[in-house]
Amino acid sequence: MDRNRLHNQVASMRRSLFDQGYLDDQFIQLEELQDDTNPNFVQEVVTLFYNDSTRLIQNIEQALNSRPIDFCKLDDYMHQFKGSSSSIGAKKVTNECTAFREYCNAENAEGCIRSFQQVKQEHAILKRKLEVYLQTVRQASQTA
Amino acid sequence: MNVSSVKGSMSISSSTSTWKAGDTISDQFPAGLRVLVVDDDPTCLMILEKMLIACLYKVTKCNRAETALSKLRENKNGYDIVLSDVHMPDMDGFKLLEHIGLEMDLPVIMMSADDGKKVVMKGVTHGACDYLIKPVRIEALKNIWQHVVRKRKNEWKEFEQSGSVEEGDRQPKQSDDADYSSSANEGNWKGSKKRKDEEEETDERDDTSTLKKPRVVWSVELHQQFVAAVNQLGIDKAVPKKILELMNVPGLTRENVASHLQKYRLYLRRLSGVSQHQSNLSTIISAQDPTFGSLSSLSGLDLQTLAATGQLPAQSLARLQAAGLGRATAKSGIPITLVDQRNIFSFENPKLRFGEGQQQHMTNKQQVNLLHGIPTTMEPKQLVSLRHAAQSIGNMNMQVPPHGAQSSQNNPLLMQMGQQQQQQQQQSRGQILVDSTINHAPRLSSSMGQPILSNGIATNVSSRNGIPENIRAPGYSQTPSMLNFPMNHASELPGNSFALGSTPGVSILTSKGAFQEDVNSEIKGSGGLMPSYDVFNDLDQHKLQSWELQNVGMAFDTSQHSNSLQGNLDLTQSALGQQGFSSGQMNGHNRSAAVASKAMFSTGDVKELGSAQNVNQHLNNLLVDNTIRVKSERVCDTSPANIFPDHFGQDDLMSALLKQQESVASSENEFDFDGYSMNNIPV
Repeated sequence: MDRNRLHNQVASMRRSLFDQGYLDDQFIQLEELQDDTNPNFVQEVVTLFYNDSTRLIQNIEQALNSRPIDFCKLDDYMHQFKGSSSSIGAKKVTNECTAFREYCNAENAEGCIRSFQQVKQEHAILKRKLEVYLQTVRQASQTA
Repeated sequence: MNVSSVKGSMSISSSTSTWKAGDTISDQFPAGLRVLVVDDDPTCLMILEKMLIACLYKVTKCNRAETALSKLRENKNGYDIVLSDVHMPDMDGFKLLEHIGLEMDLPVIMMSADDGKKVVMKGVTHGACDYLIKPVRIEALKNIWQHVVRKRKNEWKEFEQSGSVEEGDRQPKQSDDADYSSSANEGNWKGSKKRKDEEEETDERDDTSTLKKPRVVWSVELHQQFVAAVNQLGIDKAVPKKILELMNVPGLTRENVASHLQKYRLYLRRLSGVSQHQSNLSTIISAQDPTFGSLSSLSGLDLQTLAATGQLPAQSLARLQAAGLGRATAKSGIPITLVDQRNIFSFENPKLRFGEGQQQHMTNKQQVNLLHGIPTTMEPKQLVSLRHAAQSIGNMNMQVPPHGAQSSQNNPLLMQMGQQQQQQQQQSRGQILVDSTINHAPRLSSSMGQPILSNGIATNVSSRNGIPENIRAPGYSQTPSMLNFPMNHASELPGNSFALGSTPGVSILTSKGAFQEDVNSEIKGSGGLMPSYDVFNDLDQHKLQSWELQNVGMAFDTSQHSNSLQGNLDLTQSALGQQGFSSGQMNGHNRSAAVASKAMFSTGDVKELGSAQNVNQHLNNLLVDNTIRVKSERVCDTSPANIFPDHFGQDDLMSALLKQQESVASSENEFDFDGYSMNNIPV
C-alpha cells in the first residue's frame, strides 16, 4: 500500500514535471539508462549537474559583473551551461539559456542580466522539484 | 572478439575490429567497440559514458583533449572511434579532430549543443565522420559503429584496388584536395602527376599483395617521420612510395602513407589556408612542425596555377614554393630558410600574403633551408642565391643602417633609411626598402632613381611577402630571397645599380658578389616572383606611394645626396657597363640582372616621384619583366607573359620589357629613360 502510494506519488510528480515543461525527453533517456547495475544513475547525474552548474553560474555572474562585459566569454559559459542542462533534460532552464544567448549575441547587457536572473530562477526551481522527486523515488524503491 | 579474417590476413590489432568490410563481421560487433569519449562537461561525460556502455561499447572517458590525445598515443591501436565535444577549454575540438585524423587515423565524431550550420560544416571540413547535436540520445550512439566500418572498408578498398586504380583515384583526389599542391610544385603539375602515377602504380601492385593491412596508428613519432620525409622530398615529389621509402618503417605500406598523405594535405590546407588555397603547398613544405602548425598560406594555388600553365618553370615554381614555404614556415616559426621561400611565394600571392603576410618571417636567416621541402625542381644553388639575393636586398634595406657606412655618401641617407626602415618595418614591408632606395637616390630621378625605387619596390615586394618580418628584425639582413630578387638584379649588375645614388645601393654593392649567383638563381625564380611584384605594388601601392613620395621628397631635398648619388650612379652605370649590361647579352644571370636593372632604371624615372609609385610599379614590373625575361631567356623560353598570366598584362609587360631591354642595350650607361613610359604596363 505504502509502496503503491509512493509509486503513485512518484508517477504523478514525474508526470507533472513533464507536463509543466520542467523536464523533457532527455530526462527519460537518463531514466532509461538506469538499471540494476546503476540503480541511482539519475540521481547521480542530477547531483553532478547541480554541482557543476553552480560553478558555471558563478562564472557567468562574474562575467556579467565585470566591466566591460565580455560577451564572447559570456556566450561561451552559457553555451556550456546550456549543453549541460539540456543533457539532463532541464527544459525550462535550457530555454532560458537560449534566450540569454540571444541577448548576448545582441550584446544587450541589460537583457543578459535580466535573462540570467530567469536562468537562475528556473535552475533553482528545478533543483527543488528534482530533489523532492528523486527523494520520493528513492523512498519508493526502498520500500520494495 | 573473434577475428574474422576474410581474405586472409586480418591482422587487426583490436579484437573488436577484425573484420573486413564486406566480409563477415563478428557477431558481437558492434559490441566491444572501443570508444574514447572526450568532453569537458562532467554531466555530459557521465551520461555519454553510460549510454555507450548501454550500447555495449567499451568506453574510455576523458575530460580534457590533451588527456585524450596522450591516451590515444600511448595505446595506438587501443581505440576504434573517438567522440569529442567541440567546445573544450584546453583545446578546440576541431584541433583535436585533426590531430587524431593525422596521427591515428581514427574516425572522430564531434558533438555540440551548437547546431549552427557553420559549426557543422566546420566539422565536415575538418574531417569529422559525424556531428551529433547535444543532448545526445542513445539512439544516435547506437549507430556510431558504422563509421568504423566505413573507414575500414575504405582502407580495404585502397588496399585491394590495383595501384592504378587507386592512384588514379588518389591522384585526382589528392590534387583536388590539396589544390594541386603537389603537382603545382613541379611547375608542370601534369607532368608530375603522371610521374606520380607511374611511380605509384608499381607500388600499388606490390602493396596489394598484402591483404588486409593492420590498421596503422600514426603516432607522433611516425607522423614526424612522415612529415620529415615529405619535406625532404618536397611537395611535388612527395609521393607515397618515396615517402614510404624514406620513412623506412617496417610494416608500413604505401597505402597507409598515401591515405595519410591525403589527410595531411587536407590538414595543412586547413591550417594554413585562411582564405587561400595555398596551404597545400605551404603545408606540405612546412611539415617541419609536427603539430603542423602554421603553414602560412602560401599561395600554393598561385604557384600551382602557374605551374599548371606550364609556364612557370619548375625552377621558379620551386622557388616560389620555397618562398611560399618560407612564408608558411615563418608562420610557424620555421626556420628562415622557409621564410625565404615564403617570400617567393609571397610574391605570388602578394595579396593573400600580405593580408597575413605580416607574420612571415622574412628574416632570414639566411640560408635557411630553403630546400627543405622545396620541390626538387628547385636547385639548391638557386635557392641559395635567392636567399642571397633576398638577403642582399634585405641588407640593402635593412641593413642600410648598419651598412650605412658602405656608402659614404649616403651615409646620412642610409642612416635615415635604416631608421626609417626600422620604423616602418612593421608596416610597409617594402617601404623601408623603397625608402632606402629612394633616399639614396634622391636625384636619381632618372633611371637611377628608378632602380632604387624598383629595388625598394622589389624589396618591398619581397618583403611584403614575407619581409615585413625581416624588416622588423634588426638583424634582418636576410631579406627573403624574394626580395633580393629584384634587388639583386640591380645590385648584381653593378652590384651597384642599386647604389645608383642610394646608399642602399651601397649595401647592394657590397653584396654584389653574393648577388651574382643569387641573381642568377633569383632571376630564375623571379619568374615566379615577378607577378607578385605587381601584386604587391597593387597591394602596397598606397604604402609604397606614400613612401615613395616621402622618399622622393627626401631625395629631392637633399641635393647633396643627389650628388653623391649621382656619383653612385655613375659608379653603377659603369659597373653596369662592366657587367656587360650594355651588351645586352643575357648570359649569366648578371646580365639578366643587368638587363633587369636596366629596365628598372629605364622604367623608373625617379624623377617622377609623383609617379614614383608608378615608377615603382613599373620598376617592379620591369623587374619582373626583366627577370622574367631573363629567366625565359636563360631558363626556358617561356615567355614571361606566360608566367604571370594573371598578374600582368603580359603583353604589356613584355612589350615594356622588350622596350626596356632595347633601351638598355642601346645605352649602357643610360639611366635616364625619361621618355620611357611605363604607363602601359599594367600594374
